[in-house]
Amino acid sequence: MKKAIFRRVITAAIIFAFAFSFSSFAYADEGDFRTLDEIKASGVINIGVFSDKSPFGYVDENGDYQGYDVYFANRIGEDLGVEVNFVSTEAASRIEYLQTGKVDIILANFTVTEERAEEVDFALPYMNVALGVVSPEDAVIESLDDIGEDDQVIVISGTTAETYLVENYPDIKLQKYDAYAEAKTALENGNGVAWANDNTEVIAFAIENPGFVVGIPSLGSADTIAPAVTKGNTTLLDWLNDEIGALGEEEFFHADYEATLLDVYGADYEDTLVVEGGVTAAEAPAGE
Amino acid sequence: MQSLGLDVLFKGKNFVRLLGGLWVAVRISLISVAISIVLGLVMGVLMTGKSRVLKAVFRVYLEIVRIMPQIVLLFVVYFGTTRVFGWDLSSEASAIIVFSFWGTAEMGDLVRGALISIPRIQYESAEALGLTTGQVYRYVILPQTVRRLIPLSINLITRMIKTTSLVMMIGMVEVLKVAQQIIEANRKTSPNAAFGLFAVVMLLYFAICWPISRLAGYLEKRWA
Repeated sequence: MKKAIFRRVITAAIIFAFAFSFSSFAYADEGDFRTLDEIKASGVINIGVFSDKSPFGYVDENGDYQGYDVYFANRIGEDLGVEVNFVSTEAASRIEYLQTGKVDIILANFTVTEERAEEVDFALPYMNVALGVVSPEDAVIESLDDIGEDDQVIVISGTTAETYLVENYPDIKLQKYDAYAEAKTALENGNGVAWANDNTEVIAFAIENPGFVVGIPSLGSADTIAPAVTKGNTTLLDWLNDEIGALGEEEFFHADYEATLLDVYGADYEDTLVVEGGVTAAEAPAGE
Repeated sequence: MQSLGLDVLFKGKNFVRLLGGLWVAVRISLISVAISIVLGLVMGVLMTGKSRVLKAVFRVYLEIVRIMPQIVLLFVVYFGTTRVFGWDLSSEASAIIVFSFWGTAEMGDLVRGALISIPRIQYESAEALGLTTGQVYRYVILPQTVRRLIPLSINLITRMIKTTSLVMMIGMVEVLKVAQQIIEANRKTSPNAAFGLFAVVMLLYFAICWPISRLAGYLEKRWA
């Protein structure tokens, strides 16, 4: 009996040793990457995109990649003079792909955050994301101060909207739902006075559901979406920044929006969502 | 038909794409199963042997496979080998390595179990009849072992086919991923497509796994 226990302890110890050696190895060295010249010489650039996040990156019925991110990716390939090899990525594996050099650029609706910036290098942004609030058109909420003491705001649990409201507006009463469909029904039934979520989500909701308007299209910390490259890949990063700057002059991302996002978000929000030339509204010169 | 959103199935090349995705899943499983059966048989026989060192090594191997989720193994092989050794394995090669690694361990344990389930008396009687060790295995033990193994290994094969859906995490587009792509691409025009498409994916998995189960049943009866 004792012997059996002893053997099990030994087995467990060996397994742990294996597991630890793997994990310590895993972060031993910086990722490998291809420089701009190497990419040009190979004639192919690997770009990681989403394949099931319409309208940013998805695959149409003919098996071709489409969407706001893909439109930009195709332009990158064109201007570099190389073919684009699209790699289907998942949200959870985007950083791994860059750190191992399995893709050259990630263009998968990648929100810039401080934590991520320690792992990868972000280029200039090409889109804005923020929170938004949608409410019925007969009682539009245009400011969070409009919300009365007994009114409740609908949120989906675990979203950035919930975190933001809890931290910054602790007095607002929240009605929390687990799923999108439940929150939608709650708003339609008038259980809450408004619904706070990512602004792209609420804008799309208001367009699909007449009778609702987005009273607050941009709320909270304004985050941006940007391309990312492997940390330290300066040649590619510099080229991308120059490219985004140059594309601003021809209003490329407005054209991108009109080709891919207009159907979903409508023309009213074009300037709210699009970032042209890498310059966000906060940095833009006054008067513009 | 309309309400289930099945019409999107016949838009463009969607159905062909779905079948292409199914082939990816089946191809990975078939190659991995073939490798697992060969290596698993060897491992099972060795595990019933006398070497304590070999037994200990296989024990550790089996435990690692059992406690590590397949998704972790996929990440370790696909991304980990690039970080540590600089190998640039394709996602398909990584998937086959992981599924064979998993299949061999499980198969080895099944073979070991089937071998020790044959009563001692069978070995002894066969030897008493003057058969050599090779003949004992060839004519007495293995035929009985294989029969006991079939239901268990079929279970493993069908489990493996279903687990291939994880390879989407390392960039492979298999049947479930294609279904998700089709659902998302048509989210606005056919919001109910999810139900219909997942039902179709279920039927496709069934169409692959059911004949395998039937074949197992047939073999079991024939050899019994």
